[in-house]
Amino acid sequence: MRKMEFAEAIESALKHAMTNDPDIFLMGEDVHTLRINLLAQFGKERVISTSISESAFLGAGVTAAMAGLRPIIEIMLIDFIGVAIDALLNHASKILTFSGGKWNVPLVVRTSCGGGYGDGGQHEQSLWGWLAHIPGLHVVVPSNPSDAGQLLLSAIESDHPVIYLEHKLLADYWLDYMGTGGRENVSFDVPEKGAIGEVPEKWESLPIGKANILREGDDITLISLGVSVHRCLEAANILSEDEISVEVLDLRWVSPLDKEAIITSVSKTKRVIVVDEDYMRFGLSGEIAAILAEENISPIQFGRVCTEHTIPFNRHLEDNVLPNVNRILALARKFKS
Amino acid sequence: MTLMREKTILELYEAMYTSRYLEKIVTQLWEKGNIYGEMHLGIGEEAIIAGVLSHLIPGDAISTDHRSTPPFVMRGVDIESLLLEFLGHPKGLCSGLGGHMHLFCKELLLTSSGIVGSSGPSAVGFALATKYQKTKNIAVAFFGEGSMNQGMLLESLNLASSLNLPVLFICKDNNWAITTRSNEVTGGVLLDRVRGFGIEAREVDGSDCMAVWQAVETAIPRLRKRNPAPYFIQASCTHNEGHFLGDPLLRFHRSPKKELGAVTGPLTKSVLHYKGGRLDKRISSVSNVLALIAKARAQLSFSNDPIRRLEKTQTHLKDQFAQIKLKVEKKINSISERVLNLVQEEASL
Repeated sequence: MRKMEFAEAIESALKHAMTNDPDIFLMGEDVHTLRINLLAQFGKERVISTSISESAFLGAGVTAAMAGLRPIIEIMLIDFIGVAIDALLNHASKILTFSGGKWNVPLVVRTSCGGGYGDGGQHEQSLWGWLAHIPGLHVVVPSNPSDAGQLLLSAIESDHPVIYLEHKLLADYWLDYMGTGGRENVSFDVPEKGAIGEVPEKWESLPIGKANILREGDDITLISLGVSVHRCLEAANILSEDEISVEVLDLRWVSPLDKEAIITSVSKTKRVIVVDEDYMRFGLSGEIAAILAEENISPIQFGRVCTEHTIPFNRHLEDNVLPNVNRILALARKFKS
Repeated sequence: MTLMREKTILELYEAMYTSRYLEKIVTQLWEKGNIYGEMHLGIGEEAIIAGVLSHLIPGDAISTDHRSTPPFVMRGVDIESLLLEFLGHPKGLCSGLGGHMHLFCKELLLTSSGIVGSSGPSAVGFALATKYQKTKNIAVAFFGEGSMNQGMLLESLNLASSLNLPVLFICKDNNWAITTRSNEVTGGVLLDRVRGFGIEAREVDGSDCMAVWQAVETAIPRLRKRNPAPYFIQASCTHNEGHFLGDPLLRFHRSPKKELGAVTGPLTKSVLHYKGGRLDKRISSVSNVLALIAKARAQLSFSNDPIRRLEKTQTHLKDQFAQIKLKVEKKINSISERVLNLVQEEASL
């Protein structure tokens, strides 16, 4: 096994994919600097810099995919999808159905997400539940370098549109760009195991829609994804000292959601907390509650630690609005008392 | 051309210097790590903001982009409340919830946004309200040339033109969209594009506050008349700090060893990787980026600095300028000391 940083793993897997498939190209704002190593290896025909015109280049990505290419469209921050949502909402997601199942859209949207570094409510959202709400879109959120590389390959190999979200606390270059700006006197709560870790010698894809049990336990299931799985693991360690045995499930995919893994784990523990950095209402956590209700797994205790409000600029308030270890601990202890 | 009164020139100077000095303090706070996240400054575009705001009257609305400090300060927002906001303090302008990219002041009809191009629709809505309410007020949209390729801004130009709305569109053109040269990703000529919407448009040297003032002086009657029409000004400028504090391209110039050292290893590997594009194409792609980094250096130059420029051209006002500087520095220093003391006291509690 070799060790890599999160962003390094994405780049390494992407190089692997682009080397093997000449139809893969990147397009987006500032990619000549953000992806300079890919530009150096594959040239500007395959690493295409654009103007700030998300609605146009994402829309163009949809039809480039329909024409047989494998576009990876970069939306710098998922917050900026707002100006281009039509391409996903009304086109990428629907064309397979509209064409009677005859025309698919093998598009990857690569974008950064998440908060915890003081950038305020227009730059730190997660929005994966909001996107997964649309039938026809797949949404994947890796939590560590190995998954980051492998899941990117899964996204690229998929014949359908996949939104691939990289968390800014895990990707060192994003944190440097948006958080520290080269300063050495500011620091953020970066989960080490998410930022750096072992990766396979040879990149291979992971199955689409399969969750990953990161820790086995009997008393409580913590269901999470992205940076929050590391908050869950930290909470699970602390709870184990109180003899509370915690299972941590990393969903990896918001859509398709691994129902089976959720049901299996919760059937065992009968207590579940969804820890989701995305907004609480009408999202992933509610969807999981609905699945458990539909499966009649009862009685169970259900709770959620999510983002309930617009993310405030103030760092202290921000840390409390986003899921954190203390919020998980408080709820878990309430369940067991 | 209207002859500018000395008083107006001094007012412009004071507005520009107040904004500049405050942003220097902000830079220090950011460098010390007191301010989290990104920090986009308006240093270098003060002449544009001052030249426009000098013509505004109470009730006019301003929609800014992510460089909102200069317009907020020059429109009279309390400096202490701004500094506290940048620090995320509950006593800040927006209770510490917005931060520098999301400043709002309801009383003065000032908005800002971190979404590129969004000041277009924002100003159109304010202008629609003034027309609806039959006031003489106008709305100003400030945005960079990079947003001129964003759909919502182009749609706003059409909406303002077709509905005859009093919107003053101010394009602050530094030819950089983060690390992209705007002219390399823009088709045609911006002014032609704007005129295509039926909007009167002109160019001005945005480092010359008197030229900006004159240009807006010409535009204002068209905006405030009974049947108004939008107006567009493209004003050139230079951002000494690049896109934001800690700009990655400028860092190459400020600490080349550290920054280039980190990049060259992976870059060389990529260029020489045994698989990939044709070697000549790879090398040309990389040399384009290196040329880009080299070009970024020009931003560090103060040769187009609006404040220095006014000092150079109006040497007869030297003494008054010096007095203004002293007054502004004294005022802002005392505010920033007060703010820092407050923050430090609270931290020690």
